[in-house]
Amino acid sequence: MPLNIQKDFPILKRRVHGKRLVYLDNAATSQKPKIFLDALQKYYTTINANIHRGVHTLSEESTGAYEAVREKTAKFIGAQSAGEIVFTKNTTESINCVAVSWGKKNIKKGDEVIVSALEHHANLVPWQELCRETGAILKIIPLTEDFLLDIEGFQKLLNLNTKLVCVTGMSNVTGSIVPVKQITELSHAVGAKVLVDAAQSIAHSQTNVQNIGCDFLAFSSHKMLGPMGVGVLYIKESLIAEMSPYMYGGDMIETVEQYTSKYKTDYAKFEAGTQNVADVVAFGAALDYLKKIGMSAIEKHDRELLAYAKAKFSKFKQVKLFSPKNIKNCGPVLSFVVEGIHPHDIASVFDSQGVAIRAGFHCAEPLVRRLGVPSTARMSFYLYNTKADVDTAVKALQKTLKIFKIKN
Amino acid sequence: MDLYSENILDHYQHPHNKGEITDRTARVFENNPLCGDTIQMDLKIKNDTIVDIAFIGNGCAISQASMSMLSDEIKGKKLSILKKMKTQKVYDLLQVPISPGRVKCALLGYATLQHALKDFEK
Repeated sequence: MPLNIQKDFPILKRRVHGKRLVYLDNAATSQKPKIFLDALQKYYTTINANIHRGVHTLSEESTGAYEAVREKTAKFIGAQSAGEIVFTKNTTESINCVAVSWGKKNIKKGDEVIVSALEHHANLVPWQELCRETGAILKIIPLTEDFLLDIEGFQKLLNLNTKLVCVTGMSNVTGSIVPVKQITELSHAVGAKVLVDAAQSIAHSQTNVQNIGCDFLAFSSHKMLGPMGVGVLYIKESLIAEMSPYMYGGDMIETVEQYTSKYKTDYAKFEAGTQNVADVVAFGAALDYLKKIGMSAIEKHDRELLAYAKAKFSKFKQVKLFSPKNIKNCGPVLSFVVEGIHPHDIASVFDSQGVAIRAGFHCAEPLVRRLGVPSTARMSFYLYNTKADVDTAVKALQKTLKIFKIKN
Repeated sequence: MDLYSENILDHYQHPHNKGEITDRTARVFENNPLCGDTIQMDLKIKNDTIVDIAFIGNGCAISQASMSMLSDEIKGKKLSILKKMKTQKVYDLLQVPISPGRVKCALLGYATLQHALKDFEK
């Protein structure tokens, strides 16, 4: 079902190499609606001022607008209160904040941290580093042949030494959807905390942290129509008090004396220094836009487009797809390789046809190695993509085969 | 499109000097961690001259064709001349426009050669 919203995205009017832009790199970042761009402009032209400190009108308005988006974000993910929302600069910083502020206090030598084989480097490297520093053991949840998490394999890894389980909600390479609620229940049963990397899943389906039950959830605004430079970290309220500040300096303090200081005890202790206020405020407009379209409508649209693309691309016998069989287990990401053509070359020919796709490891090197290929080409869809976009991608694939003299 | 000329595709699909040298003087390995392209280069050097070269590689058409062309170019050349070789030589061999995103691909073979020359000096 087409959503007919292309007009809301000014960038879709531009041409690339003389061709209509077909943007299929949404897993890397999304394009922005005009309503968001206007909100950003409006902030700087009407209420720009630093927050939490001024008594003047602009500062009060700016603070109000910033805090209103904390409230809006909390509602968007079903958090209990705005006090569970911390603004960071991206998903990576959100995850690092947990590794430093919670991990260093709670993970000891001999403890076990579990991540999955699907993870983006952002949800792998911080845990490698934490385990190296603390002497904890890092364990990896294996995959099934259908690119899904092996839940039985996961259960075998769990034991009373497991302190933390970190999983993605949706793979940025295979699109595999992870049953995060089930993972959380199993992990909590042995007393482990759970972090969900929702960088991909947040943009494509309704997220509800209370329903999942997870302890931490991290995502970025730029993959969901908002700005780059705004990340979100959800922390379950009961855990905030036991966590240390992430950075030290202005705004996160209660009182400062010459040699010692007292820190704020709520979410504010994680937001040191001047924040990315304008982008947070404009992110609010992106959230409104998503809400207006509706996450379930977006999920349906994205899945239909993925099904269409899978059907079209699987007709080429030289094309190999890395995608779970059942479309219900899959977000709108389609990785593929073509026999005899390197993914980099595929992406270059697609670009010449105006089609933006990604080629490489997708910041998930261990996963791509598991797939048994040096890299993949990847298309990823979002709410403004259409079947016509997929048809253009199919033509670009035909062109690629023709250039490389590969017969279909 | 201009990038995939007949010449480049021919070198990519039928690379020159592909393989290994058993009585080699030097072997080096280079990769491009961003895209996973790799090249293993064997050199046989006599009297400061490259008398034979062979490579095994895995990667995009640009990186592998560039290596194939470069292997033809450097065979029989003096090391002193190769050390002075500029990256422009590679672009001259390729004869197609290389966008910023593909520079690393185009120069992977060149980087491998320079790596080998440095190793041999030691």
